[in-house]
Amino acid sequence: MKTEQKRAEMIKEISGVNPLKCMKCGKCSASCPSYNEMDIKPHQFVSYVINEDIESLVKSKSLWKCLSCFACIERCPRDVKPGKLIDAARQIVVRERGQNYLLADEIPELVDPDTPQQLLVSALRRYRR
Amino acid sequence: MQRIGVFVCHCGSNIAATVDVKKVAEMALHEPGVVHAEDYQYMCSEAGQEKIKEAIQQKHLTGLVVCSCSPRMHETTFRNAAERAGLNPYMVEIANIREHCSWIHKDIEEATEKAVILMRAAVAKVNLDAPLQPGESRVTKRALVIGGGIAGIQTALDIAEAGYPVDIVEKTPSIGGRMSQLDKTFPTLDCSSCILTPKMGEVNAHPLINIYTYSEVESVSGFVGDFTVEIRKKARSVDMNKCTGCGLCQEKCPSKKTPSEFNRGLSTRSAIYTPFAQAVPNVPVIDRDACIKFKTGKCGLCSKVCQAGAIDYDQIDEIVTEKYGAIVVATGFDMIKLDKYDEYAYSQSKDVITSLELERIMNAAGPTGGHLERLSDGKAPKELVFIQCVGSRCADDRGKSYCSKVCCMYTAKHAMLIRDKYPDTNVTVFYIDVRTPGKNFDEFYRRAVEDYGVNYIKGQVGKVIPQPNGKLLVQGADLIDNKQILKEADMVVLAAAIEPNPDVRKIATMLTASIDTNNFLTEAHAKLRPVESPTAGIFLSGVCQGPKDIPETVSQAGAAAVKAIGLLAKDKLLTNPCTAHSDELLCNGCSQCANVCPYGAITYEDKEVNDHGIRETRRIAVVNDALCQGCGACTVTCPSGAMDLQGFSNRQILAEVDAICR
Repeated sequence: MKTEQKRAEMIKEISGVNPLKCMKCGKCSASCPSYNEMDIKPHQFVSYVINEDIESLVKSKSLWKCLSCFACIERCPRDVKPGKLIDAARQIVVRERGQNYLLADEIPELVDPDTPQQLLVSALRRYRR
Repeated sequence: MQRIGVFVCHCGSNIAATVDVKKVAEMALHEPGVVHAEDYQYMCSEAGQEKIKEAIQQKHLTGLVVCSCSPRMHETTFRNAAERAGLNPYMVEIANIREHCSWIHKDIEEATEKAVILMRAAVAKVNLDAPLQPGESRVTKRALVIGGGIAGIQTALDIAEAGYPVDIVEKTPSIGGRMSQLDKTFPTLDCSSCILTPKMGEVNAHPLINIYTYSEVESVSGFVGDFTVEIRKKARSVDMNKCTGCGLCQEKCPSKKTPSEFNRGLSTRSAIYTPFAQAVPNVPVIDRDACIKFKTGKCGLCSKVCQAGAIDYDQIDEIVTEKYGAIVVATGFDMIKLDKYDEYAYSQSKDVITSLELERIMNAAGPTGGHLERLSDGKAPKELVFIQCVGSRCADDRGKSYCSKVCCMYTAKHAMLIRDKYPDTNVTVFYIDVRTPGKNFDEFYRRAVEDYGVNYIKGQVGKVIPQPNGKLLVQGADLIDNKQILKEADMVVLAAAIEPNPDVRKIATMLTASIDTNNFLTEAHAKLRPVESPTAGIFLSGVCQGPKDIPETVSQAGAAAVKAIGLLAKDKLLTNPCTAHSDELLCNGCSQCANVCPYGAITYEDKEVNDHGIRETRRIAVVNDALCQGCGACTVTCPSGAMDLQGFSNRQILAEVDAICR
């Protein structure tokens, strides 16, 4: 399996999402509060995973602009939930650094000054064990 | 010993591509009793049937096995072919090597092995088959139509025109259904009432049609050709024969605060009411939950003003029992509740409405007299937003999985009518897909865009936010321009999904008619028998079977009527001879079979039996052949093995199992 294919499979596995269920209604992009900050829009996350272009996804600004507000997850009529895909893409970045988690000390230097605090709070809330 | 012929069908490549049909035929010759075996490309074709007939006559066959598709598809075809060649049709068995084998397997070797086993089981059964003779049952030449909307009205008219009496049972106080609530109809924009009310009048005046309004089906028993139905006529509190329909009682009634069902709660009605001015029959009912007389004992104003003396507070529900040969279900639809869609602010703002509510607003007889206005402040909207697919095409548990089919067209209609009547009102439609299959449908939608300047945006709305200034902020996506849109609207219209009338579940249970996960009634065959329920004698008309618009509903209503007429035109029906019988020497009268019988076909008799020289009176199960549908529930329940099903005897089924395990 090619790397990109593997990464796409990994995203599907982590997120538990089947991107083929998407009917391209755009309700995710219509709901997203960070829409204008994003280069790849929420509804496009889905096609990037389908087309196995994970490199563009992990390099996108969107990855770190998503607030994890879950509006797209809440409202998606097709159970595709782009927020989960972007979340999985973030995990790919972390895993490819050989880690499954970040150390608390590493966070400040990774944080873009523009990153909303809500993102960090949300991430910590989700990944605390 | 039987002389059995085995016929293996290729079904084009449907079977032959996965099953080695030649080998199945060859293997058949080694089975006990088989004297003839052949394969052919299309066994069901005229030529295929001819081969079967020839073999029966030349080889003096006494039984047949056809290895082909499901018996649901062609069992009757092959039984008829056998009968024409002089063989008892119940000496034919189908080995289903298509649905049960070739369609679900990929490996030819394995599929062939399974096909041989299925053939072997069928041969084992035919070896024990005995000729059966169907009985006869009578046909009551009267039809029942459940539901008085356009589907029920059309079906009833068509059946009555063929000369058979029809009863319509309608739950609400008037016939007319959803169509009577609509303003204009696409794609020709005729006024809905103008085309419906003459039909309502025709039904009312037809000598062969009897309408039970404000009535519900209470129970159904019997079977095709001979149903017995109990109809509950709810107490109307108004004498149908005396009332002249003058309307004075409604005018004088002091209790006027009940939300009008007909106007979708956008206006109120009196406690004594007819749903709308053109109601058929034009006789009001008293809503006892709202009536002051019924609540406090004081009032009685309607009775005082009624010149005809038609008001009867002491009326009680009445049960009418009637016999029918055929029943047509035409229970229609409603819109889904929107309580799970908080993001569209339906419950927060009066200016977020459903399309059916807009229909009432646009209707000259509606709550605003046909004037388009905001329900919050009565102002004319300048900026209108339509949101499509609210609750349709959903994979989550908030909505329905199907496309509601009518929304694209009625939204184009609304948008066009509004742009025509109020040219300074902007109309925006947020859509996912615009689906317009139908005669002159796409042209109609294009007119909305090209001639009326309706702004169609490809993308869904994420949120509607009521603003302090009374406007509605609509946040949506434009997937073509790849941008997010924030738009201030005065009114938002939601194309809510349609769903079968919730009452249909209860009715389907009474009729033993099957229903799918969305509560739509199931057809006997999706393509070839679309207006018949798998339960004999039950026919389907309108949206109760699946989403459809008015032209399609009327076509289907006619088709259902034709099927019902075809049944009513017969004097006698052949009954299925595969019925259960109890062996009186084995039966111990335990009643278990009667308890499981879904058709009420089993009763008990005290009967004198001679059990190996001992004469005694025993309580024994007796099956009514006319009621038994041959489901076999009793045979598997019977603890002493006394119950047996003709054509599917315990011996035959065990022989099949043995053949499979051999």
